[in-house]
Amino acid sequence: MKAGTHSTGLVAGDSPAIRDAELIARILSGERELFHELVRPYEKSVYFATFSILQNEQDAEDAAQETVLRALKNLSNFRAKSKFSTWLVSIAINEARARLRHARVLKFESVDESPPDEDGGFTPSVISDWREVPLQALERKELRELLQKAIASLPEIYREVLLLRDVEEFSIAESAAALGVSEGVVKTRLLRARLMMQKILAPQLASKRSGLFGLFRSRAGGSWF
Amino acid sequence: MVLNCKHVWGQISNYIEGDVAPELREAIEKHLAHCRHCAAVLDSTRNILVLIADDRAFEIPVGYSDRLHARLREKIASRE
Repeated sequence: MKAGTHSTGLVAGDSPAIRDAELIARILSGERELFHELVRPYEKSVYFATFSILQNEQDAEDAAQETVLRALKNLSNFRAKSKFSTWLVSIAINEARARLRHARVLKFESVDESPPDEDGGFTPSVISDWREVPLQALERKELRELLQKAIASLPEIYREVLLLRDVEEFSIAESAAALGVSEGVVKTRLLRARLMMQKILAPQLASKRSGLFGLFRSRAGGSWF
Repeated sequence: MVLNCKHVWGQISNYIEGDVAPELREAIEKHLAHCRHCAAVLDSTRNILVLIADDRAFEIPVGYSDRLHARLREKIASRE
């Protein structure tokens, strides 16, 4: 999911950081249309960040558009000590959180909802063996839906960190910077998030294996099973 | 260092990250070698993380990028 190769119009082989720095300098000196190229590699990350919080396609897309416009407006405030992608995603997170707070106020819900206890216990699903589910099985819609449903069921603070670290492949430090928390908090939340995913999904994947992957198995001759 | 299952669960995320001290890593691996439950918890967690990291696990709405850049184009044009 991480940004891969992209067309920049700059020297091929530039690292993303150098490419971004050059583009930003040119945009700030007046070539504003280059902003399209600057955000293109990160536009999916922006959507996933807003979706992880808002859990609704239309709201997530609106927030993603607003994020990009806000980034353009505030580009001169960007400091090169962080990555542009981290800065952009932190704007996305703040935008989505603000919209969520607004929606809660409209619904007369508390905006001061306490986050789930971060010091409580955690227990994975204790199973006796595990047969790997291959990546090829992701072509099955049912598996995708299981994964998405499991992520959607996580409390917001765990969903955010899982999306940044495990879907977007941000480093621990980048995730911490984007979320505005310490690296220790990221690690603690990541442990909870990963064990929650295991607890939700391991039994479902194990019990649905034959139904989910029957077609794949017959295609693949059952060699992985 | 002898670990029980709960200790291992508490370190699974850091272990996957490769973020545990050598002595702790050795103790975890010693535990995993004889505890098939913890080995299965680790394998299943890793497997699930590989699945969710794949591009195909999540979809972007059709036309998202076009609409985003159209809005951006309007904004850029309005300031020029």
